[in-house]
Amino acid sequence: MIETAYFASLATLAVLFAIGVIVSRNTVHSALFMVAVLFCVAMLYLSLAAEFLAVVQITVYAGAIMVLFLFIITMLTPTKEEGPNRLVNRLPWAVLLATAFLVGVSLMIVHGGTGRPPVGAVDGAGGLPALGGELFTRYLLPFELTSLLLVVAMVAALVLGKRRV
Amino acid sequence: MIAPTSHYLILSAVLFSIGVVGVLVRKNPLVIFMSIEMMLNAANLAFVTYSYSLGKVGGQVLAFFVMTMAAAEVVVGLAIISSIFRIRASIDVDDVSSLKG
Repeated sequence: MIETAYFASLATLAVLFAIGVIVSRNTVHSALFMVAVLFCVAMLYLSLAAEFLAVVQITVYAGAIMVLFLFIITMLTPTKEEGPNRLVNRLPWAVLLATAFLVGVSLMIVHGGTGRPPVGAVDGAGGLPALGGELFTRYLLPFELTSLLLVVAMVAALVLGKRRV
Repeated sequence: MIAPTSHYLILSAVLFSIGVVGVLVRKNPLVIFMSIEMMLNAANLAFVTYSYSLGKVGGQVLAFFVMTMAAAEVVVGLAIISSIFRIRASIDVDDVSSLKG
């Protein structure tokens, strides 16, 4: 029962945020909606016994790739004046959100979660040890090739970003 | 037991289609690129779903490789986009048509 509720709520949120990505007039809003979609998909990975992939998704996809997107968005779109200091109006909301986050995390630390195993993690493919085992034995060549791919991408970015002298 | 596998696959298909619509409809190259990333995520979700339902870890390995490749692709793609649109005034893919026959 709770599994279907978990999936249903995350799926609805993911679809709504995805529609928000393609519908938003403001590009920064699209990027933030995309981060929300990536977060929802990461939570779905958690229910599919892919905890490592969930963490990698949040760290790499939402944390690095979308941040890069936001850098380029702010570099390319024409800047508008923000107006008077809007930080003051948003401070109560920020404090409320931070307090809620702090309370949630403290409860988790003190009580150690709900004590039940994660949703669907008992009958899965084996999680991180199995993933690491496959990655370093059967898929070793593609793994080394991806590191080569990343070096090539870095060199390409440097070359493409250079100013024409 | 999780929600039925078909539900995850339907969600993957819906996210993929939303990404396709985004690529076809939007004119801002950055939103187009984000829609491509959404399609990659939908495919990753399908990979991980099948990995769970078949009990093999190969799907997760492939999803991991797709994520790595997506990172490399975003780097190169954004470098290309920013070097094209650094010169031009407007950010509109319809204007980049000098190769049109």
